[in-house]
Amino acid sequence: MLKQQTPNPNHDRMLGIVAIALLTINVLTNSALAETPSASMLANTCAGCHGTFGSSVGPASPTIAGMSRDYFVETMLAYKEAQRPSTIMTRIAKGYTQQEIELMADFFSKQKIIRFTQDYDVKQAKRGKKLHKKYCNKCHEEDGGYAEDDAGILAGQWAPFVRFTLTDFLTGDRPMGAKKKQQLDKLIEQQGDPGVEQLIQFYASQN
Amino acid sequence: MSSSAIAASAMGFPMLSLGASKRVVIVGGGIAGATAAKYLRLMDVNIDITLIEPKKTYTTCFLSNEVLWEHRNINTIQFSYDALKKRGINVIHDVVTKIDPDTRQVTINSGTQLKYDACVVSPGISFDWDAIENYTPAVSQLLPHAYQAGPQTLLLRDQLKAMKNGGTFILVAPQNPFRCPPGPYERASQIAWYFKNHKPKSKIIILDPKPKFSKMKLFTSGWEKHYGYNTSNSMIEWVGETDGGEVTRVDAKKMLAITTSPYKGDVINVIPPQKAGKIAIQTELVDEGGWCPINHRTFESRIHKDIYVIGDATIAAPMPKSGYAANSQAKVCAAAIIAKFNGEPEPLPSLVNTCYSLITPDHGISVAMVYKLGPKGKIQKVKGAGGLTPIDASDEMRKREVAYAYSWFKNITHDIFA
Repeated sequence: MLKQQTPNPNHDRMLGIVAIALLTINVLTNSALAETPSASMLANTCAGCHGTFGSSVGPASPTIAGMSRDYFVETMLAYKEAQRPSTIMTRIAKGYTQQEIELMADFFSKQKIIRFTQDYDVKQAKRGKKLHKKYCNKCHEEDGGYAEDDAGILAGQWAPFVRFTLTDFLTGDRPMGAKKKQQLDKLIEQQGDPGVEQLIQFYASQN
Repeated sequence: MSSSAIAASAMGFPMLSLGASKRVVIVGGGIAGATAAKYLRLMDVNIDITLIEPKKTYTTCFLSNEVLWEHRNINTIQFSYDALKKRGINVIHDVVTKIDPDTRQVTINSGTQLKYDACVVSPGISFDWDAIENYTPAVSQLLPHAYQAGPQTLLLRDQLKAMKNGGTFILVAPQNPFRCPPGPYERASQIAWYFKNHKPKSKIIILDPKPKFSKMKLFTSGWEKHYGYNTSNSMIEWVGETDGGEVTRVDAKKMLAITTSPYKGDVINVIPPQKAGKIAIQTELVDEGGWCPINHRTFESRIHKDIYVIGDATIAAPMPKSGYAANSQAKVCAAAIIAKFNGEPEPLPSLVNTCYSLITPDHGISVAMVYKLGPKGKIQKVKGAGGLTPIDASDEMRKREVAYAYSWFKNITHDIFA
């Protein structure tokens, strides 16, 4: 200990208050949990479109297994608040509370990704690998295979889904941060639309 | 999981002959039954699971409308039970002749009797053959229903193929409740697409006893966009309840579907009113409406203990009778059975339905809903959730819905049969 603490006459009383507060939180959490389905019960409802335990067999709906907890929550809340374009997820995300979303996030973040093979263009994928290093790898580390706190896993993701997502960024339908915008602008400026497709083919090639 | 289950799992040998194993017998290997078998196994490697299904190959009803105009080969919607067998599920291809709730025993056609601790009944639908005069199983070989996918699908496909340009296709839609509420209207849409491209002088008449139908505005606006609906030259005509759309009689010889007046067709597709599958009726699991009342938390029958009913045969409204609903219900039911075996409290259910319909190969629409258990123990829609594709969705979004419809198909069938 670096410094002798001044004895506090209210110490015991404060502890008591803390204890009551903790107890209250505990009771609240328990009663809320009693009304919340289990993580696997909630996650099982996703499998019909996203695959058993979140690994999609394609051809378009994304794999959600292995996603970071934070990014899963961020994504679902963005859908829930209709801040991200989607066909169906805006409607589905509204069906879950924040607590339920967190439970699902826990569940899927712990699942191992199974990557199913998809068709891709070898030449384009090779070029895309270089483009990824140049423009994307700073935030999507390990060739897009790392479960970032603020980004999805790109490696092995279904090509149509990545294409839809990049289209939404490029058309401005989906908002993005300054850093991402800067990198995407640079990519388009220097590589044009073919560069975007090469990236998509690269992620499709990873399994 | 019990300690013996862990031991079994460590040995990598899930199919055990331990005398104390709990036994589940599943009657019917469709979407609900096969999902239940797989998820029971995923949840517990130790229990003894038997799935009884007469067909060696299952043909999904969903996407079967694409088979009708050869957009898809029927073998792409057919699935075997091999993967379930490899998971240590005992699959018997036979017909169940009796379920005895008192002795907790299932008898199959071969005479074999199987004891159960829990019996899952998932027989799907049967047709009410008394509802439409002259519409018998024999007549369905001439005027197909094509609403249990398989040979009936191919029969209707062949009739549509043989039909002349300028012919009339009549679709007789059923009264509620029935399997796949948007199904008949997706069928009409896709056949319109086929006619438009191959037999453009042909017409489609939908005769419907209902005043409205699932995704109605999305369908009719799609029909307006692609098939001239609401114009004098519409390819599709919908005759609803108020216009006397209820078909009470058919005449297969004269090729008539008869409401208050006769409609003549070159191909007539009769989708009769429905009730729970035969074995559910025979086991007296149904109410006066012909469907099975259940506990919404566990899917256990309200009539017979230790028998669970899932899928189209069950009364889980507000959930529709759909493939996604059946798959979702099966998982809830599996969790409830495992909890009961382990002496744990009944799990709280969470359920989802998602239904896609394709109006053209580039125009998809969907309906989705999330369900939870309400305060009165009834399944209810989560307020503010779900709903339909926006009516003003862009062409790009409609096209994406097609891509996601096919993804749903691949993932759900993989979730069930792989």
